[in-house]
Amino acid sequence: MSEPRMGDPVADAPASWRPRLAPRARLRWDEVEKRYMLVFPEAALMLNETAPEILKLCDGEHTIEGIVDSLAQRFAGIDRKTIEEDVTTFLARIKARGLLEG
Amino acid sequence: MGAPRPYTLVAELTYKCPLKCLYCSNPLTFSQMRDELSTEQWVRTFSEAADLGVVQLHLSGGEPVVRKDLPELIRHARSRDLYTNLITGGTLLNEKMLREFRDCGLDHIQLSIQDTDRRKAELVAGIRSYDKKLEIAPLIKKLGFSLTINVVMHRMNIDHVPALIAQASELGAQRLELANTQYHAWAEKNRSVLMPTRAQPGASRIA
Repeated sequence: MSEPRMGDPVADAPASWRPRLAPRARLRWDEVEKRYMLVFPEAALMLNETAPEILKLCDGEHTIEGIVDSLAQRFAGIDRKTIEEDVTTFLARIKARGLLEG
Repeated sequence: MGAPRPYTLVAELTYKCPLKCLYCSNPLTFSQMRDELSTEQWVRTFSEAADLGVVQLHLSGGEPVVRKDLPELIRHARSRDLYTNLITGGTLLNEKMLREFRDCGLDHIQLSIQDTDRRKAELVAGIRSYDKKLEIAPLIKKLGFSLTINVVMHRMNIDHVPALIAQASELGAQRLELANTQYHAWAEKNRSVLMPTRAQPGASRIA
């Protein structure tokens, strides 16, 4: 199971890339701050409202385009291009931490 | 304003350990200590920690694997959604135990390595342990755990940093932790053989 290298931009990933959250990363609801948190060895990221929606789709099934499609349907008021940029930027950050596979 | 939120609990489940590392952080008198917290006391501690907002739980020691109730403790920690990390020397582990820990929900394993040089590694650990550690790492990976390798740094291994990095990579570790010896307890007692020379830290810099 090869891990993505640090700093590999999502933008360069093939259209067929189906990101999957690395086994060591766990998405969990935080009762103290009432929001989702991504936990992994020695650290955690506090997530905004949309980040967990993106991560839940990182299941090794959805392509980036599929993730954007799914979010575009659910957030109908938001421009698809904006969603695409947000998804790409966010996943690049998570991938740079080695927390995405696939 | 309340107290700042604690994120991490390091649970030293026992002082018992098959290794006798020169830098051990156990108290000097640990061999005379018999009492440990019971299963119920740890379960309550983990619950209280989770209520306070703790997210990361490190199960440490001594060697935590000597605790017969470790599967139960892991299961309880996961039921409270604690990200549960086992900090182990690895010498007592086998595939059956690893499978059980995984089934209980253990998130991560941190394995200690003393050195890339067998003789020096075993000199520091005090017992034959080098081969066993190298055998257990692939089993940890095989069962799907992500792996951190931890090395305590001192005079005898500080010149081996490039080799330690290569070894951690070969073993499939996702993280390598190089931790300076903390000079208290046994490490303070053995300071004269552990403290790097003045020249060493600069020499180990990777070009």
